[in-house]
Amino acid sequence: MPKRDYSLLGPDGARAVETGLAAAEWYHSDVPRKQMKELMARSDAPAIRDTLILYGTMILTAGIGIWLWPSWWSAPFWLVYGTLYGSASDSRWHECSHGTAFKTPWMNRVVYEIASFMIMRNSATWRWSHARHHTDTYIVGRDPEIAVMRPPDLVKAVASFVGLPDVIAFFPRMIRNALSGPTPEERSFIPESEWPRVTRVARISSAIYAATIALAIWMGSILPLMVIGLPRLYGAWHHVMTGLLQHGGLADNVTDHRLNSRTVLMNPVSRFIYWNMNYHVEHHMFPMVPYHALPRLHATIRHDLPAPNRSILDGYREMWPAFRRQLAYEDFFLKRELPPTARPYRDEFHAISPGLPPGQPDITSAPATPAE
Amino acid sequence: MTWTLACATDDIDAEDLIRWDHAGQTFALYHSPEGEFFATAGHCTHENVHLCDGLVMGHLIECPKHNGQFDYRTGEAKRTPACTALRTFPVRVEDGQVFVQVS
Repeated sequence: MPKRDYSLLGPDGARAVETGLAAAEWYHSDVPRKQMKELMARSDAPAIRDTLILYGTMILTAGIGIWLWPSWWSAPFWLVYGTLYGSASDSRWHECSHGTAFKTPWMNRVVYEIASFMIMRNSATWRWSHARHHTDTYIVGRDPEIAVMRPPDLVKAVASFVGLPDVIAFFPRMIRNALSGPTPEERSFIPESEWPRVTRVARISSAIYAATIALAIWMGSILPLMVIGLPRLYGAWHHVMTGLLQHGGLADNVTDHRLNSRTVLMNPVSRFIYWNMNYHVEHHMFPMVPYHALPRLHATIRHDLPAPNRSILDGYREMWPAFRRQLAYEDFFLKRELPPTARPYRDEFHAISPGLPPGQPDITSAPATPAE
Repeated sequence: MTWTLACATDDIDAEDLIRWDHAGQTFALYHSPEGEFFATAGHCTHENVHLCDGLVMGHLIECPKHNGQFDYRTGEAKRTPACTALRTFPVRVEDGQVFVQVS
């Protein structure tokens, strides 16, 4: 069986362009224009409230953590601070990259830059990588943000809960970007006019980390790194836990987000940290709808979507066995059942397997575990 | 250059847009908050996505796919990933009807 080639400059990406899978027209549910305009409407208030809670809690917990340091009594405060630093920054980076979190553009930009630094993503590079992710969601060889490739590397997936793969990849790339600009792969999706910005952001990040490390050496303590840098490791667990559910175990190389994305109902704390990205089918279908309107969008179109998973645990019960089956047979995926009220899946484009010429369908799938 | 009838003024809500196809081309027609009308090319310059499902905010049109923004009065790209200006077309309003000068 041909293997998938996830390289952005490889044959699968070229084939996706040839067959029309790349930059294709995607399915979206019908929503009356008037209602969609209401859903898309921007507001500063929810994001200002959430940002004050977020940064206020971070300052408070970091302050108590520093005060109690090096006692183990500081650990719970670092856990809260780290989770907000290493996980809530992922959703803030995401929403502000879309420019939908706040109505006021400079607020989106400021929070985006802070969150990009915390989550260890070059703010110039990742803006473009995420645009490609939305154009070619889980199209092999096109999407640079495929979290779990096939066959899945489960060791890497587990290690990502403590941030290791991302952090190990980040620092060499930051230094390379600082010295010589974007890599060849990055240049495939970043316009040339933005390349100097990639270099500038990498140099600023390098300077901040160098100053933090120098302070830690001067103090003879890792305390400065507990505040800047290390939370990306010890606080990554939540954004990985929720992020793997976005597309894990579902179809690739399709043009219907109902097939390759997952909506999961979650507890309020996780939804605050994740900024409602648990409504992931809805977000991909209508990326202009702000995070605070996604529950309303979900209510509007849920008749046209597969039933959401009822909890994070329910999502993992569905996804993890699919990962394990993909270890033995990488073409396996979960096909999510639609309710009778939904428009059916389109057949065109959905029968193209990576490594096979167009017109040779070879898809093996199983219905997703029915909701209990 | 000729003026072509595109639509009636009340076909477009204030601070909104509609799609208009003509002679093998596709356009976006806008009704500004001040009651003026404008026309641009229909597709975003970043990728081949029609702007008609986008959001008009004041004098900005935001692409529905990647949230790139343009000033629809001048076509200027105002937010990445849109980097290249939209093409604009002259508009004239007469007796409640919107005419576009299509090249």
